[in-house]
Amino acid sequence: MLGDALLLQLGYNATLVTVGAALLGIAAGVAGTFLFLRKRALVSDAISHATLPGVGLAFVLMVALGGDGRWLPGLLLGAAASAAIGLLCVQGLTRATRLGEDAAIGAVLSVFFGFGIVILTVVQTMTAGQQAGLEGFLLGSTAGMLRGDAILLAVSAAAVLVLVLILRRPLELAAFDPGYAEATGWSLGRIDLAMMGIVLVVTVVGLKVVGLILIVALLIVPAVTARFWTDRASHVVIIAGAVGGVSGYVGAATSAVAPALPTGPIVVLVGFLLFLVSLLFSPGRGVLASLLTHRRYQRRVHMRQGLLALAQGQPIFEALTRRLMHRAGLILPDGVATQAGQAAASKALLDETRWSLVRADTSFAAAATRYDGLTPIEDVLTPDQLRDVDGRITAPKAV
Amino acid sequence: MNVQNIHLVTDEAVAQAEEARTASPLAVRNLTVSYGQTPAIFSVDMTVRAGAMTAIVGPNGAGKSTLLKAALDVIKPLAGTVTVFGEPLAVMRDRIAYVPQRASVDWDFPTRVIDVVLMGMYRQLGLLGRVRGKHRAAAMDALDRVGMTDFATRQIGQLSGGQQQRVFLARALAQDADVYVLDEPFAGIDAATERAIIAVLKDLRDTGRTVVAVHHDLATVPNYFDDVVLLNTQVIAAGPVDDVFTEDNLQAAYGGRLTTARVDPESVAG
Repeated sequence: MLGDALLLQLGYNATLVTVGAALLGIAAGVAGTFLFLRKRALVSDAISHATLPGVGLAFVLMVALGGDGRWLPGLLLGAAASAAIGLLCVQGLTRATRLGEDAAIGAVLSVFFGFGIVILTVVQTMTAGQQAGLEGFLLGSTAGMLRGDAILLAVSAAAVLVLVLILRRPLELAAFDPGYAEATGWSLGRIDLAMMGIVLVVTVVGLKVVGLILIVALLIVPAVTARFWTDRASHVVIIAGAVGGVSGYVGAATSAVAPALPTGPIVVLVGFLLFLVSLLFSPGRGVLASLLTHRRYQRRVHMRQGLLALAQGQPIFEALTRRLMHRAGLILPDGVATQAGQAAASKALLDETRWSLVRADTSFAAAATRYDGLTPIEDVLTPDQLRDVDGRITAPKAV
Repeated sequence: MNVQNIHLVTDEAVAQAEEARTASPLAVRNLTVSYGQTPAIFSVDMTVRAGAMTAIVGPNGAGKSTLLKAALDVIKPLAGTVTVFGEPLAVMRDRIAYVPQRASVDWDFPTRVIDVVLMGMYRQLGLLGRVRGKHRAAAMDALDRVGMTDFATRQIGQLSGGQQQRVFLARALAQDADVYVLDEPFAGIDAATERAIIAVLKDLRDTGRTVVAVHHDLATVPNYFDDVVLLNTQVIAAGPVDDVFTEDNLQAAYGGRLTTARVDPESVAG
């Protein structure tokens, strides 16, 4: 069944939803990356919650004008307008008062959402409003997705990608070093405006798919996931787009197989699964890799310290050090050095002596910065330089 | 207000000052910035001499960084004008390279050393211009000048403080500007990096560029810089180090809080 869904074999509507969710995921992942890098991820939560009053008011207005009220482009325009007002409120509060952005986001989010719920309740009491289905905007409702909706998603996603491609340099610069961006003549205000505009488009067209409460996850989770796999902003953008796309695609296909499961939340959970895998298993920044690196480093430090103690005829106190050295065949259980242990110890001591000479000599300043207590000096100095250093070791002994 | 400072201004003196401002690579007039109701800098006039190294010196909270940021329009001043070679800043951006405080950015940002240096050429590249071999070569050349070529593909989070500062300087060098404006380039870095950076800056000056830097270490001012601006919200004194970097002026700038021990009498003129 799921195989059929993934291959888009489940009929017209399921295919529309799956493709639409994938496109939305790509757009959200790409747009969200810059929010995340600019450390303004939560602004998108304020934006999405601020769409609700606009949806309700647009419905009321359209009914008042004699229309159906459920016309989607009209509802989305309303959503965009009130989201923009919410965004302006966040920025205004942050700039004009001493409130931090977090407080401004909290205030705007809750007030707009509360206002939106009130309007929705009023709409329910209207005769035209009983089948309005506006609750679908809260958590998304893909059941009645039309071809036009999918086309709207496709066009918006394409527009978002093109805009990000054009604006990638200022967006990156503003995220990394806003002061420098401003000093080199990019207008930070306009860059942020563009970034928020892009996020606003994604939020509004994503309302029907994942709903306003969860759209923030689709904006942030892909970027956070992507960050685990790369150290380059341009790659974060691409990977985040892929993570978002896969989340949308797999999530929508899954919910098509089990129609009782809501699309939006499943999409978010698939994204979370990808995040979890990245968090645990990514090679550079993952939890497992960090743990292993840390353990390996700790062992090297213990070995080194143990060897230096051996070389200087001092006892080894730490149990871990003794265990490691015994396992490596460097000492006997009673702490006495084996032949291999003695050789390794004198090698370590020589290394340390050479290093201390190098670090004391300013002509080796560049090499000295590579000292970490573990790197063998042969990795840093040329044989000629080593001979020079060794010459100085024996000289004072002769005196 | 000091009575000696108020003297009759002749037309000739006005004309001379105007001429100096027009020739200056960075001149600010009546610059005032305030956070809330208290001014961080108040009515600052500063005319930077072309081809010289100028230090901006003053106590904590004197507005040194604020002066630089306002001069480059990074923060909006309440009042005042800025000119670059006599023209408005807006049309002369390309002539100025800015090195912000190292601590002002997140060094865990996903980018490599070479990418940061290439940011210095974003303005020249524009939105869609391709990064070509010549741009990469220029970036590598800038890294070479600060002794960081070996680090080109490192993630910036792996750098030490001194190396971070060198990368920031390399980004400014990649801009190939006429004026280099640095915010505390020597804060929290090792002696080797300080020597490397000052060598690069002196080299810039010797090839006709102008350098302006916020500086903290009074002892090194006479060795490093040609001119000095003593700032404490207002300009206390400004001009060549020999004329301005005097015990009296320093006491005035630091509000008498400076113990004489901090300033080596040998290195202080006057």
